[in-house]
Amino acid sequence: MNNIHNDPLFAISKGCFAYRANNVLQNIDLDLVPGQFYGLIGPNGSGKTTLLDLLTATRPLQSGQIIFQGKALADYAKKELAVKIALVPQQFTMGFDFTVSDLVLMGRYPYIPRFSNPSQRDLDLVDEAMHVMQIHTLRHRLITDLSGGEKQRVVVARALAQDTEVLVLDEATSNLDIHHTIEIMHVIRKLVREQGRTVIAAIHDLNLAAAFCDQVIVLKEGRIFTTGPVAEALTVDLIAEVFQVQAEVQAASLNHSPRIHYTLS
Amino acid sequence: MSSKSPLILMSLALFLALAIILATGMGFLAIAPLEVIQVVWAKVRGAGLAAGINPTFPFVVMEVRLPRILAAAIVGGGLAVAGAVFQAILLNPLADPYTLGVSSGAAFGASLALVLGILGITVPLFFSVPLFAFLGAMTTLIVVFALAAPDGRLSSNTLILSGVIVAAILSAGIGFIKYLADEQVGVIIFWLMGSFVGKTWPEVTLTAIFVFPGLLLILYFARDLNIMALGGRTADTLGVDSRKVKKILLVCASLMTAICVSVSGIIGFVGLIIPHLLRLALGPDNRLLIPASFFGGAILLLTADTITRAWLPTELPIGVLTSLIGGPFFCYIFRKKQLGQR
Repeated sequence: MNNIHNDPLFAISKGCFAYRANNVLQNIDLDLVPGQFYGLIGPNGSGKTTLLDLLTATRPLQSGQIIFQGKALADYAKKELAVKIALVPQQFTMGFDFTVSDLVLMGRYPYIPRFSNPSQRDLDLVDEAMHVMQIHTLRHRLITDLSGGEKQRVVVARALAQDTEVLVLDEATSNLDIHHTIEIMHVIRKLVREQGRTVIAAIHDLNLAAAFCDQVIVLKEGRIFTTGPVAEALTVDLIAEVFQVQAEVQAASLNHSPRIHYTLS
Repeated sequence: MSSKSPLILMSLALFLALAIILATGMGFLAIAPLEVIQVVWAKVRGAGLAAGINPTFPFVVMEVRLPRILAAAIVGGGLAVAGAVFQAILLNPLADPYTLGVSSGAAFGASLALVLGILGITVPLFFSVPLFAFLGAMTTLIVVFALAAPDGRLSSNTLILSGVIVAAILSAGIGFIKYLADEQVGVIIFWLMGSFVGKTWPEVTLTAIFVFPGLLLILYFARDLNIMALGGRTADTLGVDSRKVKKILLVCASLMTAICVSVSGIIGFVGLIIPHLLRLALGPDNRLLIPASFFGGAILLLTADTITRAWLPTELPIGVLTSLIGGPFFCYIFRKKQLGQR
């Protein structure tokens, strides 16, 4: 199924955001279509997290506008967006002893009326999310007793339980070992392929982005440097210019994404 | 919320009712629990007293003991709930109702009212001390918020730091007032240590008017507080307007604290220990923790007040008693936390 020609899911025009007199994002024009896995890459401080904050409406645009599904993002009620867009943050600290299943159930918050108990569907989706992230055996454990990797899988499961069309990941795997990183990326990849969901993920590891994403959005110093399909966008010149690193890019072939080898000396 | 929650809350409520009845019977003039119930029941119905009950009992129960006991219970409950809210919002299990400097503001206001009296400016103390304390607390809150405002997210660190700065300035101010008070500084010190001696019905009513609606408002947002434990950014994407909820609940909890402090003086540790202890026992779900904290705080402060009133040979200021119990407990939590750290 090819969604490329559908109306854009997000359409950002002339988006600007400044933070304490620093222009973090300037003149962002970007269309995102549904059913794609977008990798957001760029050096530290290039504005990746801010762009994700704008897309999740946790920060307001200072000028320009974002249209989401045909309506200005700013015009959505928080509760309306909560059933459409979920976020997996990079940083997760939890000082309170919630159990794993309680925490995953928090993903169902926008669906459960105040003072009501979760429905069977809520509980089923929580169960499914825990199975997918392989934390089902941990469900009665306290979140504060888990290792960093286990915690992050719980956080991803919480976002999956939210059951949204759009999933936003802010370097969601950067604290994980390579095994769990790849496992989570496979799960996310499946959501895009099989269920047509849209994922926008800020990713540091270019090879990871190359292996799993359909499209990349490259940010440099608060501007969009380029966007496009992974195989076309990730070039030696781009890596040199944006990241100031010499690299060789092994071209994409059938069944293989491009691979990047850095020149380390 | 687990299915056991209503049962837990009902047992706590029952326990509080029992504590109130027992405490009312205790004191220089011992009154049997059944007689306490009869006296109150007769008063409520407006009927005469049953035969065989000492005719001085109604006065002792209704005018002397009950207002004091209810004031202690409501203040204890209010402080514990405020503590639970501060801990949940600041994402810090060691926060208390005084974290934002509300107590220092109240203390400054009360000291000012007292020193005006000492310096010969006549103000009716019964009225002015609580009023000044309340105004002091509110002003502090406004200043702390103004200081923290540039941080759009009202992060925990910004709020705590703003509270510390303002409290430090106020404590210097209190020092200066104590210096002005000279030899009569004892009045101020005694007020600061907190007490329920001579509390009357109007004070009980006033406290209740703030504490109970505050409690209801907080209960309404209890579920949002759970979600906010995930952090403001995630909470926002789950449909909680975390900044708004934060503001509403911080103001609400601070108002509750301010009224409690202005009625009773500064009573430490109830607002810290009760929610902390109950969280260990019942888990972190605020929908259960907050109402349970109300009952727990009420029971603790009522018990402490009854100990100073009925057991100890001389009345100890209740703030001293709670801090003497609370201090070591705080050390215990701190130590356990350090040992438990992974």
